[in-house]
Amino acid sequence: MQPAAVPDDLTPLHPDYLKVVRIGWTLLAVPVLIGAAVLEIAGVLPRGAVLVPVLLVAAFAVVLVPPRRYRARGYRLDPDRLRVVRGTLFRSDTVVPFGRVQHIDVAQGPVERFYGLGTLVLHTAGNHNASVRLPGLPHAEALEIREAIRAHVLRETP
Amino acid sequence: MSGPGGAAQVTGPAAPGWRRTHPLGLLARALSYARGAALPLVAAIVGARNWPGGAGAVAMVAVMAFAVNAVVVWLGWRHHRYLVGADEIRVEHGLVRRTARTVPYDRIHDVAIEEPALARLLGLAEIRFETGAGGKDEVTLRYVSREEGEALRETVRTRRAEASHSAGSPTRPGARADAVEPPPRLLFAMDPRRLLIFGLFEFSLVFFAVLFGLAQQFDAVLPFDIWAVDQWQQRAGGPVEVLRGIGLTAQIAAAVLGVVLLGLAGLAAGLIRTVLRDWGFRLEHTPRGLRRRRGLLTRTDVVVPLHRVQAVAIRTGFVRRRVGPDGGWHRLDLVSLAQDSKSSSHTVVPFGTLAEIAPVAAIAGFPLPEPGTRWHRPSARYCLDRALLTALPAGLLAGALAVAGTGWNALAMLGLAALLALRQAMAWRLDRHALSPLHIHVRRGWLAPRHDIALRVRLQTVEIVQGPLARRRGYADVVFGIAGGTLRIRGIPVIEAQRLRAAVLDSIAGTDFAHLSAPPAAAAP
Repeated sequence: MQPAAVPDDLTPLHPDYLKVVRIGWTLLAVPVLIGAAVLEIAGVLPRGAVLVPVLLVAAFAVVLVPPRRYRARGYRLDPDRLRVVRGTLFRSDTVVPFGRVQHIDVAQGPVERFYGLGTLVLHTAGNHNASVRLPGLPHAEALEIREAIRAHVLRETP
Repeated sequence: MSGPGGAAQVTGPAAPGWRRTHPLGLLARALSYARGAALPLVAAIVGARNWPGGAGAVAMVAVMAFAVNAVVVWLGWRHHRYLVGADEIRVEHGLVRRTARTVPYDRIHDVAIEEPALARLLGLAEIRFETGAGGKDEVTLRYVSREEGEALRETVRTRRAEASHSAGSPTRPGARADAVEPPPRLLFAMDPRRLLIFGLFEFSLVFFAVLFGLAQQFDAVLPFDIWAVDQWQQRAGGPVEVLRGIGLTAQIAAAVLGVVLLGLAGLAAGLIRTVLRDWGFRLEHTPRGLRRRRGLLTRTDVVVPLHRVQAVAIRTGFVRRRVGPDGGWHRLDLVSLAQDSKSSSHTVVPFGTLAEIAPVAAIAGFPLPEPGTRWHRPSARYCLDRALLTALPAGLLAGALAVAGTGWNALAMLGLAALLALRQAMAWRLDRHALSPLHIHVRRGWLAPRHDIALRVRLQTVEIVQGPLARRRGYADVVFGIAGGTLRIRGIPVIEAQRLRAAVLDSIAGTDFAHLSAPPAAAAP
């Protein structure tokens, strides 16, 4: 009796999103690596005491974690609701009914722009899940979804 | 910058209909500024007493600061004006950066009137146009005369009524609104006796924490070192020596006396705070919602529109639940997007029995569950896991102590572990949730249970959350987003979580939130 939380009816994110995440982590890791290298060259601590652990952690964050997290992500677009699933260790499965959407953003960072991706952000009036983010959509598709949700909201509101 | 005369022509209430806030409000603000500045001023004077001519310099700076503040406040007042228009309230303010705000009448749910102590002495009130924007974003007028405040409230209500019956009738609008409106019905009030009992339960030592904090802040300023015990003994001189002479018994007696005094002071602090806040508490059912008036020095008058209420919470305390009549004393809060003086929900029954709370909750649209309601418990696995997890650290410590050979300590630690596990077992017996056609009920807690009721159609999002253990063991939490709050059902079987979510989503998808916020509260399945 262990119903798998791994959802089967979900749409995966665009494969390029994996690259976006990796580049993001790399950009974060570079300054730390430089700092560790400086410490290493300064030779204050025993050889490898700083650089080796930092390298291991960076490799873990850039190489191993993103694919797992990517595989755990997915979404499902229904005529009146959006479902967003994420998380490897702590899984979260959120549904936002379009009738509760207050406003919609499509965000695009520089790396996302390079790959033509975008992040859809739905804002609700709730304190919990006040904004639900769905990254890794092709930018055009994110815009399309935004229009569809807007049309739904307009149709329902006289 | 142009002279005051020129400014008055541009921004003063020269145009017909424009008004300024009450000039006495300037005095109220200046006084409250002086009150805020008093403590730092005293500290500065004491701190500067060793300079040559220090106190004089400090006094001069203080006078200058006060004068500058007075001018700033006065300028702000001159350049602040409001207009009660045909369709909206307009407020303009700002000297350099001018801000003009327009609030249409049909967006104003109500006009909240607050009378802080100082303003009340001067016959003034602060009014806030409640639009549901929440807290700081609401348009406020500080201060106008009390009569003006009442008149504004009446105007807004009449204009609103006109706007909603825009067909229009030849009779005078004010007269018609009065004729339509049934008289308000008293739902709950607290007499001084109830207030006294309530105050005793609000035991608080916060006051002492503040005193200690102040003492630490100012110990550099004080003429003696309050932390040096031997100095104290010197100062106390005789009595302490006498106590020492008497020996252990007297010292214990003194300690007991100290604790008793501290307890009495805590009771007094709670009592005073409660009386200040809830004196003359009255809750009425009016056509616009629940109207609440309370306060001894600062009186507030707030209306919570019923269609804005998203959920209610019934809370109690460990002691007050056991000593009160019929099931103990409880408190009823209404959760909405509106802010109520720093807290996010409005307390409408601060201290009442369940029999008193039930009708209020029912009027708010959140009836207490029927006796035949089908409750569901959390998964047994969840409770077992929780019990083991909470008892584990204490258990491990007990083992370590046993190995170290301190048997009694180990036994005590084992007892603690057992107690923690027992708490989880009780939680399993008592935590529960139920789904009724319109509402979700969630009860949680053993010694001081809390009961939340949310309207299904007004929920915003539904999330199923699972940690690593929960995934392995097949349970999950369901978290609902509420406008103004959060509702969490913990540790229910995954299948049930999915069923719950599907049921709630069907309720939500049937109704758009915009309809729900419109005054005639829609009641959909």
